[in-house]
Amino acid sequence: MLTVENLGVSFVTRMGTNKAVDGISFTVETGKITAIIGESGSGKSVACYSLLGLVPQPPGRIDSGRALFHGQDLLQLKPQELRKIRGRDIAMVFQDPMTCLNPYMTVGKQLMEPLLYHHKVSTEQARARALELMAEVGLRDPATTIDNYPHQFSGGMRQRIMIAMALINEPQLLIADEPTTALDVTIQAQILKLLASLQKKRDIGILFISHDLAVVADIADQIVVMQEGRIVETGNRDDIFRNAQHPYTRKLLNAIPRGGKPVELPASEPLVTVRNLCTWFRSGKSPVKAVDDVSFDILRGEVLGLVGESGSGKSTIGRSLLRLVPVTSGQVQFDGIDVTALRGRELKNLRRRMQFIFQDPFASLNPRMTVYDTLAEPLLLHGLETRKTVGAHVLQLMDDVGLARAFVRKYPHEFSGGQRQRIAIGRALATRPEFVVADEPVSALDVTIQAQVLELMRELGREYGLTMLFISHDLAVVRQLADRIIVLNKGKVVEQARTEDLFERPQQTYTQQLLQSIPGRALLDIN
Amino acid sequence: MSAPVITDIAQAEQGTSLWRDAWQRLRRNRLAVFGLVVLTFFVLIALLTPWIAPYGYAEQQLALGATPPSAQHWLGTDIYGRDLLTQIMYGGRISLAVGFIATAVALLIGVTWGAVAGYAGGKVDAVMMRLVDILYALPFMIFIVLLMVVFGRNMLLLFLAIGAVEWLTMARIMRSQVQSLRQQEFVEAAISLGLSPGTIIRRHLVPNALGPIIVYTTLTIPSVMLLEAFLSFLGLGVQPPQTSWGLLISYGAESMEEYPWLLLYPGLALTLTLFSLNFLGDGLRDALDVRGAKD
Repeated sequence: MLTVENLGVSFVTRMGTNKAVDGISFTVETGKITAIIGESGSGKSVACYSLLGLVPQPPGRIDSGRALFHGQDLLQLKPQELRKIRGRDIAMVFQDPMTCLNPYMTVGKQLMEPLLYHHKVSTEQARARALELMAEVGLRDPATTIDNYPHQFSGGMRQRIMIAMALINEPQLLIADEPTTALDVTIQAQILKLLASLQKKRDIGILFISHDLAVVADIADQIVVMQEGRIVETGNRDDIFRNAQHPYTRKLLNAIPRGGKPVELPASEPLVTVRNLCTWFRSGKSPVKAVDDVSFDILRGEVLGLVGESGSGKSTIGRSLLRLVPVTSGQVQFDGIDVTALRGRELKNLRRRMQFIFQDPFASLNPRMTVYDTLAEPLLLHGLETRKTVGAHVLQLMDDVGLARAFVRKYPHEFSGGQRQRIAIGRALATRPEFVVADEPVSALDVTIQAQVLELMRELGREYGLTMLFISHDLAVVRQLADRIIVLNKGKVVEQARTEDLFERPQQTYTQQLLQSIPGRALLDIN
Repeated sequence: MSAPVITDIAQAEQGTSLWRDAWQRLRRNRLAVFGLVVLTFFVLIALLTPWIAPYGYAEQQLALGATPPSAQHWLGTDIYGRDLLTQIMYGGRISLAVGFIATAVALLIGVTWGAVAGYAGGKVDAVMMRLVDILYALPFMIFIVLLMVVFGRNMLLLFLAIGAVEWLTMARIMRSQVQSLRQQEFVEAAISLGLSPGTIIRRHLVPNALGPIIVYTTLTIPSVMLLEAFLSFLGLGVQPPQTSWGLLISYGAESMEEYPWLLLYPGLALTLTLFSLNFLGDGLRDALDVRGAKD
């Protein structure tokens, strides 16, 4: 149905020309799901966006190629001709359902818009069609919710609305750009299922863009692997998973987190004890109970995994332990010291002993400070080094986290995401803390980088003798690092067990549901 | 990335300080360099005026009257026969001093106030910003007249008074910058390292808010210069025989049909200064943005 031949796209900037897509060819067949896989910067999104004229030119420039869609070359069409195809014959679903809907329009109006634009139908007909589709994508009670505004729907529901909007004109091709990346795992599983069933029912083609092989493992028929603007491998799903030819594909496959760490649970006393912790946020009349009566221990030397979906309160617990948010009630003891009561100098001294690693390495480093300044700051602050001696220590830290010493004077923006996260880890470990809270430290990173950073954290954990609270939404990742796991839901502890036990014998339905939703189960079966 | 192994911090590739880095980039921006050169030239002239001015600033040749530019008077004379070049040079002293000092005052108060309010948030923020709102609402002319009446007319007071009015917007800009910055994880990281609020503001927040602040500063300097002209015109600022560019322009405007040069040259001096400031401001903003394209 869609045949792309030798597509080349580049970006022309003052800094020079950057080839984002370098002569790629692939096809999308009717009735099949074709997945394009690649890490950030691989050109997968640019390639697909350029088909629909969605790459701004300049700075973008289409260098070469043809994209035949029913015999018509999409790349040669004028903007107004393309506009007719876009949304009618080819529709798109974007990554972030939170920003893709206009917050000032009811979802009904937004659903009807593409229909009214492309076809001569009355408003009543359009509305009826919108209701039909809302039901089809699994939105409950469309008749009453059609006039609601986007903020009244959850993320998963909004993504369903986006899908309904894409399907309303009966397109033959659906381009889905990371449609589940911004969603919780259980929701992700539902949306993937929905996409697969809609595709079968309507017999359309889907071009599914993703960074995550595991996600497409369950649904894709055809997989195209991209790296640095080129296609390195194309094949049907089983071929790719069983019998990948290209080393990069194999690297991606190996980076998918699987298996756990050998359990060597240390028999030791608790370093951190949490009793009846409540952290509520004021909002309107009734407070939001982000963390609601949670109790647990973290043993000295162990890695405790804290797993939950968004809104489960997992990050808030981590922040509460380190006094980054005020605790409403309850007790947090660190090595016998009541953390919630400390102030001034005592609090500062305690901060040296417990540190935080943040999720987003692009936000957690001060863009105006060099690596040197960032790493030296905690050392100087706590009087561990003097201005004269700090240099050697900083270099030692760079070695520890695997950064080349020569980059010590560079600014964060000159590093990749993985390198930035290494800097952030270095900063957290500078004061040789005993306890570290790591809040989704790898979820903003590409899969191959994810594996490297996890490995680094494992090594450093051992070397520094760390006790760690590892927070993540991703059970597969937690499994690799944690000795024990706590599952949270809506601010409460659902289940608490040793990692092995949790995976093999989950006691609670919610935990079972979470385990079911881990993407790429099919893939694990293959191997 | 591969790089040579180094053993000492001094061997690392240099990018060193924010300021040295910014300077490197500023130097590559031709317009900004032009602005910097012109401003430096004007400031130098202003400093040296008493020694290099061709005539005394109060020197009149009433018999001469207004004459167009000539060999004796390069830029002509005004109706009292005063040398215009001399007037512009002396006027520049006042105008530049008002511009820079008043803006510096505004910058100091505004940035501090805004940063503290934005970082503290809650009640502290509410009280501090309500105070700003109240000052905003106060007709500033009355405020300055009051100051002048109470403390007497005095150059330094004029600087302070103008600065005290101009800091309000600066504080608001700074506050909104800090509010959005403090949501970022690097501020949280700084807290979890144990840094004090003062250090966080100084090291982590202010440098990151510099871009808009610098642009606004370069806009404030000219508006302050014009404000001075307005006050002087009302008799609250500098008085003849002292003069400033603003005053020269307003006198020049009165007689621009008969003696256009009286408007042209002071106007040119002011315009050139404003252009230079804007070029320099834009250049500085780009140069200080470490995320911007480099090399």
